[in-house]
Amino acid sequence: TKTQNFCRNEYNLTGLCNRSSCPLANSQYATVREEKGRCYLYMKTIERAAFPRRLWERVLLSKNYEKALEEIDENLIYWPRFIRHKCKQRFTKITQYLIRIRKLTLKRQRKLVPLRRKLERRENRREEKALIAAQLDNAIEKELLERLKQDTYGDIYNFPIHAFDKALQQQDAESESESDAEREEEEDDDDDEDVDKREFVEAEDSELSDFEDMDKLETSSEEEQEEEEEVEKKPSHSKSKGKTPLKGPARRKRPYIEIEYEEETEPNTKTKAA
Amino acid sequence: AGDGSGPAPGDGTDPPAPQRGLFPPTFSASEIKNKQRRHFMFLRWKQQQRKEKLALKKKRKKEREALGDKAPPKAIPKTIENQRVYDETTVDPNDEEVAFDEATDEFAPYFNRQTVPKILITTSDRPRGRTVRFCEQLATVIPNSHVYYRRGLALKRIIPQCIARDFTDLIVINEDRKIPNGLVLSHLPDGPTAHFRMSSVRLRKEIKRKGKEPTEHVPEVILNNFTTRLGHSIGRMFAALFPHDPQFIGRQVATFHNQRDYIFFRFHRYIFKSEKKVGIQELGPRFTLKLRSLQKGTFDSKFGEYEWIHKRREMDTNRRKFHL
Repeated sequence: TKTQNFCRNEYNLTGLCNRSSCPLANSQYATVREEKGRCYLYMKTIERAAFPRRLWERVLLSKNYEKALEEIDENLIYWPRFIRHKCKQRFTKITQYLIRIRKLTLKRQRKLVPLRRKLERRENRREEKALIAAQLDNAIEKELLERLKQDTYGDIYNFPIHAFDKALQQQDAESESESDAEREEEEDDDDDEDVDKREFVEAEDSELSDFEDMDKLETSSEEEQEEEEEVEKKPSHSKSKGKTPLKGPARRKRPYIEIEYEEETEPNTKTKAA
Repeated sequence: AGDGSGPAPGDGTDPPAPQRGLFPPTFSASEIKNKQRRHFMFLRWKQQQRKEKLALKKKRKKEREALGDKAPPKAIPKTIENQRVYDETTVDPNDEEVAFDEATDEFAPYFNRQTVPKILITTSDRPRGRTVRFCEQLATVIPNSHVYYRRGLALKRIIPQCIARDFTDLIVINEDRKIPNGLVLSHLPDGPTAHFRMSSVRLRKEIKRKGKEPTEHVPEVILNNFTTRLGHSIGRMFAALFPHDPQFIGRQVATFHNQRDYIFFRFHRYIFKSEKKVGIQELGPRFTLKLRSLQKGTFDSKFGEYEWIHKRREMDTNRRKFHL
C-alpha cells in the first residue's frame, strides 16, 4: 500500500500532503475549521495573495447542518469540484465529532488519577512488612482457640478433659460471685466484644458448672445437631459435588460419651449459646 | 599503611588472620586506595566486629545466669506496634460513649438483628477476566450476595434501585489494567461508604495448598486489631456484611486482620485437633485493603461529606502513627 505524509499546516483540507491539497501550493483554496463548537469556512483567493494579513477570509456557518451545506455551496460557487467536495466532507466529519463530544460530556466520565511511583513502592513495601508482622495464621489460630475456650461453639466439640478442668476452675470462682453482677456485665460485654467476637451473644455465661445439666444440654443439642446433619447431608449429596470435605469422617469418628459427674453445685441460671 | 593487623594481603591466597588482630581505633578501611586490599581489609574488620559482638553476647548471658533470679528482666525488643504513637481515639472497651454511639448508628438495626444482610457486588465498566472471577469467588465467600454486571450504569442511579430491592450493602470493585485495585463498600440505607485500595489479590487457584470450595454455610467472622474509633466503625461495616448467626457446622471463618492500617482478608476452614491445637486450611480468595476515605452518606464523589480522608503528605510521614 502506498503511504502518505501528513501535512502540518493548520489550514489543510484533507490532512495529507499532496499537491492538490496543500494550502501553500494552491493560490485558490478553502477549508472548514471549527472554533469553540462553531464552524467557519476559510477561503483564500489569489487577489489577496499580496496581503498576508487579509489572506484568509472567514465565514461563519450556520448551526443547521443542511443550511450550512448550502452556505458552503453558495460561497464556493464556481470553485473547483475537488475543493467543494472536500470542504463538505470535512464539515460533516467535524459536526459528527462535535455531537459526540456533547453526548459524552453528559455521560459519566472516567477521571484518571495518576499513580506516583514512589508512593506505590512505599505502600507495597509497607504492606509486605505489615504482612510479616501480622503473623496471620497464628493470630487466627489463637482467636479460634480463645473462642473454643469461651464456649462459643457450645457443645459441638467434645473435649471432656478440658471442659472438666475449666468447670473446676469456674466453680471456685463462682462460689463467690453473684448472678446479678454477671448479668450486668453480660450486656456491656456484648457491645464491646462484638468487634472481636462476632457471632455469639451470651457465650460468656454458658459455663458448664453443673454436669447433670450439661448432660441434658448435650443430649438435646446432639439431637438437634443430628437432625441438622441429616438435613444438610441430603442436600449436599444431591449436589453433584457433595462437598463435605472433613466433616463426614470427623463426625463419624467421634463417639458420644456420656459423662456423669456427681457433684454438689448450685444450679446456676444457664443461657445457651445462641 | 599503618594498620597493625598483620601480613599484607594480595598474595593470591589470603594469609590467616591473626588471632588477636586488633584494629587501632583510627583505622578506616575506606582510606586504602587499592580496591582489592581495601575490600580484604574491610572483610577482616567485619569479621572482627562480629566476633566482638558474639563475645559481648556471651558475656552478658553469663552475667545473667550468674545473677539468676536477681537478673533484670529481659528487654523487650522495640517493634513498630510497641512504639506506635498513641492515638487519642483508641476505643476503651468500657467506654460508654462509644457503646451508646454504636447502639444508635447506622449499623444498629443489623446488630439488633432487625435486618438480614443482602449484598450486591458489582464492578466498574467492562470488567476483565480476573476481576470477573474474583467477583464470583467473593460472592461464594459472602453469603446472600449477588453479582451484577454494570454496563455503563451510573452508581447514583443504581443506589435507589438497590434500596428499593432491599439490599443492605453494595460492593463495587474497581479495576485497572485487568486487575482489581479498588473496593468501594457502601452500607445502603444511607450508610457510610468506605473506599479502599485493594492489593495482592489472590484467586482461589493461586493459593497454594488450598482446600475445596467454600460451602454455603455462614462463616464466622474475626476482626482483629480495630482499635480506634475509625477502626471500630470500619470493623462494624465489615461485620455487617455477614449474617449474624454463623453456622459452626461449616467450620469456616472469614478474617479481617488490621495491621498497621492494612486490612488483610483471609478465608479459612478450621478443625480442632484437640483443645489446644487447631488446624486451618485456606480456601477462598485473599486480598489486602487500605482505607482511603470514609464518607458519611452513600456513594457520592462530589457532594459527599467525608468523615476521613487519607492525606498522604500528613499521614504517611510518621512511620509509627496509624489510624485504624
